[in-house]
Amino acid sequence: MTTDGTDAMPDLAAEDPRGMETAQDTFPRLLLHHARTRPEDPATREKDLGIWQTWSWRNVAAEVRALACGLAADGFRRGTHLAIVGDNRPRLYWSMLAAQVLGGVPVPMYQDAPAAEFVFVLNDAEIDYALVEDQEQVDKLLEAAPKVPSLSHIYYDDPRGLRNYESVTGYDRLLEKGREYDRAHPGFFDEQVALGRPDDVSIMLYTSGTTGRPKGVRQTHAAFVAAAKGSAEFDKLRPDDSVLSYLPMAWVGDHLFSFAQWVYVGFTINCPESGDTVMTDLREIGPTYYFAPPRIFENLLTQVMIRMEDASRIKRWLFAHFTAVARRCGAEILGGRNVPLGDRIQYAVGNLLVYGPLRNVLGMSRIRIAYTAGAAIGPDLFRFYRSIGINLKQLYGSTETCAYVCLQPDGGVHFDTVGEPAPGVELTIAGNGEVLVRGPMLLKEYYKRPDATAESIDAHGYFHTGDAGFIDKSGQLKIIDRAADVGKLADGSMFAPNYIENKLKFFPHIKEAVAFGADRDQVCAFINIDVGSVGNWAERRGLPYSGYTDLAAKPEVYELIRECVEKVNAELAAEPGLSGSQVRRFLILHKELDPDDDELTRTRKVRRGFIAEKYRVLIDALYGGRAVQHIETLVRFEDGRTGMVAADLRIEDAKAQPAAMPLAA
Amino acid sequence: MPTPARRIGDVVLSLDGISLAFGGVKALTDITFDVREHEVRAIIGPNGAGKSSMLNVINGVYRPQKGTITYRGRQRHGMDSHAVAEAGIARTFQNIALFRGMSVLDNIMTGRNLKMRTSFIEQAFWWGRARREELDHRAKVEEVIDFLEIQHIRKTPVGRLPYGLQKRVELARALAAEPSLLLLDEPMAGMNVEEKQDMCRFVLDVNEQYGTTIVLIEHDMGVVMDISDRVVVLDYGRKIGDGTPDEVRGNQAVIDAYLGVAH
Repeated sequence: MTTDGTDAMPDLAAEDPRGMETAQDTFPRLLLHHARTRPEDPATREKDLGIWQTWSWRNVAAEVRALACGLAADGFRRGTHLAIVGDNRPRLYWSMLAAQVLGGVPVPMYQDAPAAEFVFVLNDAEIDYALVEDQEQVDKLLEAAPKVPSLSHIYYDDPRGLRNYESVTGYDRLLEKGREYDRAHPGFFDEQVALGRPDDVSIMLYTSGTTGRPKGVRQTHAAFVAAAKGSAEFDKLRPDDSVLSYLPMAWVGDHLFSFAQWVYVGFTINCPESGDTVMTDLREIGPTYYFAPPRIFENLLTQVMIRMEDASRIKRWLFAHFTAVARRCGAEILGGRNVPLGDRIQYAVGNLLVYGPLRNVLGMSRIRIAYTAGAAIGPDLFRFYRSIGINLKQLYGSTETCAYVCLQPDGGVHFDTVGEPAPGVELTIAGNGEVLVRGPMLLKEYYKRPDATAESIDAHGYFHTGDAGFIDKSGQLKIIDRAADVGKLADGSMFAPNYIENKLKFFPHIKEAVAFGADRDQVCAFINIDVGSVGNWAERRGLPYSGYTDLAAKPEVYELIRECVEKVNAELAAEPGLSGSQVRRFLILHKELDPDDDELTRTRKVRRGFIAEKYRVLIDALYGGRAVQHIETLVRFEDGRTGMVAADLRIEDAKAQPAAMPLAA
Repeated sequence: MPTPARRIGDVVLSLDGISLAFGGVKALTDITFDVREHEVRAIIGPNGAGKSSMLNVINGVYRPQKGTITYRGRQRHGMDSHAVAEAGIARTFQNIALFRGMSVLDNIMTGRNLKMRTSFIEQAFWWGRARREELDHRAKVEEVIDFLEIQHIRKTPVGRLPYGLQKRVELARALAAEPSLLLLDEPMAGMNVEEKQDMCRFVLDVNEQYGTTIVLIEHDMGVVMDISDRVVVLDYGRKIGDGTPDEVRGNQAVIDAYLGVAH
């Protein structure tokens, strides 16, 4: 690293001695600040052709300059929207800055969505310029184009396979144009940067749309700078930190961690070689700051467990012994609590023999801070990572709040809460239990939806999150469920489906669950098994199966899942007021719930209403007391073709426990 | 999708009156056809029609008893395997022929073998020239890895890979030799729909990006008709059809061969 000190945050109050320095209150100005004060520090890395390539802040600023000028030469004006589609490529991140320089609004879109889904967002956002990663995305845009009259300019990053396409322009050609334009209009770029104001819209992110159509959330520079500043100070992020950027660019979490904090703090973002190499790249980079939704932590742990089962006996014994030690005291040691000396010594030995090497294999040796968000994390899973010395914490936020509402402080980490209100955030709980927040990180508006904007922000400036929760005795927020999903059973007791589903999903064998029970006399559930985990379990038992549908229908698998459901029932019975929510009947779905079939959102949240409608016949069978139900379902493959999956699903009963019975010891 | 504007050129390979017999078994009888520069040329036919034999004649494994082969202006009776490789012809096999214990990267590196100039001793000590040479070859191999999107298995031993990926690694090794003529022996056999689509895309990309001429044998009629410029149809060692996919599709002899009319 360079001389300007490892702790130095970009100091907003710092004045240039000659008074030339402008305020660092927009992302382009922050970029130029880094390029000026620490030009040779690494800003972006990408693994290309097997070798990590590095771009310094000076390089990035030069690239953004040419790119912005190129776009301007092609007629891009202030307020124009630039659609960005692709995996996490450096050039796509830079193009966000370039659009912002020109006062335009980048609109990142989920790269795995099919062309038909593009049409809605492209039209809603009135996109005329789009920068995409490769041929795959260009093809999708061209397919959508006839239905999107506004779309006039398509640029691509990777030229492979695109040589003979006519109506599209390569990134390099755009840069060339930009450099020419820059030479002809030398003052243009600086002028544009100076024109930017903190309350300009800096980004438009689409909500995942668990209910209804996605909405475009417009956030300003000021909001994201405030969120980045608050979280960076809260966790003492440093310019020499390093992150792996691998989550969808259209997701607010990635925009905060890989863009806003990147440009604010000035650390390094690392782009993996491809979606499939993320684990290898993680090990090579060894990030210091890491962000992942729970399912990624879960997959990692499942892989470790599967490989441990194949290890030699001595290794298995060591692993079992020391994970038991870690379970006893690891999380407490990390949390800075009092732990007996004997345990500390055992933990130190374990660290040498097991935890250290394990962290290394996971690519987490250098991690100072790791966050998980986006869904509830299982207590065992959460504790496991903390116990082997990884500082995993939770946060809470949404697209409308720049993913910045609550954070867990070091030393104040609980698995069932999401942290305390972040600096600058005011949080209160409404009469109906809904979480309300206010602060600089709130959205400016939903695009072209004044009705929705007025509905979600009240007269006092509080944003209605739609989540039901409460502040627990440690002062941290605990989320129960989506407020709209919380209902009542026929007997009047509370029914929080998400809460039950999360408990089910904490079992590695269960990938997805959907609970039903609102206005009914009992709770029933759909289960999706985890093919990796259950498949491995089946192989160990010599149980042959041909695929998901076959595996899901095995009586042995039903037995396995029934055990999980009954354990959840025992837990629910022990919780006051939730005894009635025990799962009485369940079935294992014949297909995996999939965003391509509209059953999940692109961020993999269950679309409850849609599923209830689509599988009505199954719900009727669950409540009608039938033991078997035939179903045929249309599935959409990744290439856009469709097919039918038919199965006779068995429906099983699960034992319920009497209320408030203590857990079996 | 816009159709690629490939410029199909002159004849680069022509086979004239090829006959091949193993003892009394006539594998090929008087086969004549040609392959043009930059085209995708398919050889199809039912099982035992002589497709693989035809490919083996082209790349010099078999020496036909009759007929001549003209490759880039040089006429010969049979080809010799080494000379074939030197002449820029590479192939993949119906039954995968990779080094199962070696990593993907090392397997693809073997495709560069003919282009290595340094001596065994230099390579053993990885000295100056040998080292530079290896780095250059590695860079070329990385391009191929990127092209075929197999970065994630770069260091995995080939034996641990699923079949579809092994096929792709084999194609990678052939591409590493930078061939001007690529022979593919049933590249899609045993693949699922998605793997087949990927493979089709790679074959077309190779053809478009590098201008490589491709001769492929394939069972899957759908695939052949979609990606080939011209198709030769063999049955019982004889040529029964030759032309564009549409022409072949309408050819009565071909329909009979595939639908199994009594001969």
